[in-house]
Amino acid sequence: MKYTTLLVTGLLAGVLFPGTFQASLFAQDNPEALALLEKVDNNQSSQSRIFESSMTIHGRRSDRTLTSKSWSKGEDSALTEYLSPASEAGTKMLKLGDNLWIYTPAADRTIQISGHMLRQSVMGSDLSYEDFMDDRKLTELYHAGTLVQDTLRDTRVMVVELIAKVNDVAYPRQKMWVDAQKYVPLRQEMYARSGQLLKRIDLYDVKRIHNRWFPTRMVYKDMLKTGGGTEFRIESIVFDADIPAYLLSKAGLR
Amino acid sequence: MKNFIFKGILRDKGRSLLPVIVVSLGALLTVFLYSWVTGVLGDSIEMSSNFEGGDVKVMTKAYAAESNQFPNDLALLHVETLLEELEKVFPEIDWAPRIRFGALADFPDSLGETRGQGPVAGWAVDLLSENSRERERFNLPAAIVRGQVPEKRKEVLLSEELAARFDVNPGDSFTLFGTTMEGGFSFVNFVIAGTVRFGTTGLDRGAVLMDLEDARSAFAMEDAAGEILGFLPEIHYDDRRAQEIVTRFNDRFGQYTENSGEDPEFSPVMLTLSQQEGMAQILVYSQAISAMLIVLFVAAMSIVLWNAGLLGGLRRYTEFGVRIALGESKGHIYGSLIWEALIIGALGSVLGTAIGVALVFIFSARGFDFSGFMQNATILIPGVVRPAVTPVIYYIGFIPGVFSMVLGNMLAGTGIYKRETSRLFNELDV
Repeated sequence: MKYTTLLVTGLLAGVLFPGTFQASLFAQDNPEALALLEKVDNNQSSQSRIFESSMTIHGRRSDRTLTSKSWSKGEDSALTEYLSPASEAGTKMLKLGDNLWIYTPAADRTIQISGHMLRQSVMGSDLSYEDFMDDRKLTELYHAGTLVQDTLRDTRVMVVELIAKVNDVAYPRQKMWVDAQKYVPLRQEMYARSGQLLKRIDLYDVKRIHNRWFPTRMVYKDMLKTGGGTEFRIESIVFDADIPAYLLSKAGLR
Repeated sequence: MKNFIFKGILRDKGRSLLPVIVVSLGALLTVFLYSWVTGVLGDSIEMSSNFEGGDVKVMTKAYAAESNQFPNDLALLHVETLLEELEKVFPEIDWAPRIRFGALADFPDSLGETRGQGPVAGWAVDLLSENSRERERFNLPAAIVRGQVPEKRKEVLLSEELAARFDVNPGDSFTLFGTTMEGGFSFVNFVIAGTVRFGTTGLDRGAVLMDLEDARSAFAMEDAAGEILGFLPEIHYDDRRAQEIVTRFNDRFGQYTENSGEDPEFSPVMLTLSQQEGMAQILVYSQAISAMLIVLFVAAMSIVLWNAGLLGGLRRYTEFGVRIALGESKGHIYGSLIWEALIIGALGSVLGTAIGVALVFIFSARGFDFSGFMQNATILIPGVVRPAVTPVIYYIGFIPGVFSMVLGNMLAGTGIYKRETSRLFNELDV
């Protein structure tokens, strides 16, 4: 009788206040899912890192590849310098906390990007500035919900649903397919609050680097854009490296 | 008889003054309302044509499908070759390649740091060529508030509202942050040559107008254009003519891209103004509203003036009795009545049309500024509206003025034939 009453109340609440019901479902983390998420965070987070990458944007008319070098420290500071093609070489993006600046030698100007501009595509790719900026741990941003076993690309995975527990997050809901042995996401689907699928990331080529598993190839697909997606490759990466302080300051932009 | 009647009308003011005034007012109102409705709706369509759609517009199929987002990555390529072909096939049309874009205008402080920034809607048109008519289409230099029309590369016009919001003046520079055709960053510094106010709120909020070659250089769009607009020689948009051009274009250019080997998605497609997003409804709506308003008003004025003629005829019931009694034939009386109505109608219509046309010219030059009521408008509506000067205004006032007056008198005059001489003395209380 007690369970029936609870079920009816829950369903009623779900119908009348769907968001509340959903939030209440995830108000507390599923302990198993949370443990999984912590392991994912351990693989992805570091004190600092320096990496070189290439980004291939599969447009409707042609493909375009950009290479860059990035330095990041903790969750708040990161600098990316584009190395090629020639038209983009020397362009730098600096993130300090919630602020983002871009320096371009073509105009010799440092421009701050803020507000709705942060949701715009970077270089015509399927990544937004917000995607580039948010480097916080998953456990800080999301409640971990239901956990289901599945298989993806012949790999045993755990599928976990994530609901945002903070407001300043680009995607209020996520669904993540995590390698059950290496604790690395192999696929992520990002949803709007309405439930619309906004972005999908498929992660490949998981390698053992400095005692952690790390995916070195990611294919981003903005589901609201036409085009063939954006392929992001980590060419080389060093974790917990020393980064000079000036590099992650506005002085480092020029 | 005509001279006699004409002299009678001029000398007997009691008989002619009021009818002439009534007819004049009716003709004046008809002329002005017609001109007003045509002007307001015509201005909106003309503005849309000049700023947005041309009379016809050529884009790639892919661009046309998302044209409201200005997807320059889907723009037309090899534009010079395409323009040569277009000019050969349609020499009567003035072709204008353009680039539309959305970007961020960043205004620096004295140290070069961001002082303020805001989104802008950009128009890149041929501003610098000597024979270009684009300046005229954007109403330059009349739309300039401060400064001047750009005279060299890297000079742009900024909307006065945007310039005021960020406290910038002609001579100041700013950085335009946009996206190249390939999707890369585009940062280009421009100098503000002048500020403009086009009189349409949606546009005046944040427009940047620059030369086409500057945009091509900024957005890596050499020999490319988002759209090529075609302007027919006619002053007002003619949908039937535009449709003919589109049919000829499709016959001729349907195979264009297949021959060039490019993806059919990027083949050129031509749309008339009425086929462009949202315009079909606006055109049908404006034509229907315009026709309905004019027919209703002309009909209403006709009834008023017909009634005036009718009353005028009835008022002279006794006079007609006396004239019959004196031996004047009924046909002659009826004929003189119609002639009188014709002369009064013509005099009133000429007077009303003259005053109406004069008012139309005055207000057409001055315009009515309604921009204060359209602060939040996002569509292309002119803030300053003007009555239109068209050939129709010279004769439309005669429809209610002459025809209704004559019809009213003809109807009232039928009573003349019902009068019987034997009963006249009784009726006249003689």
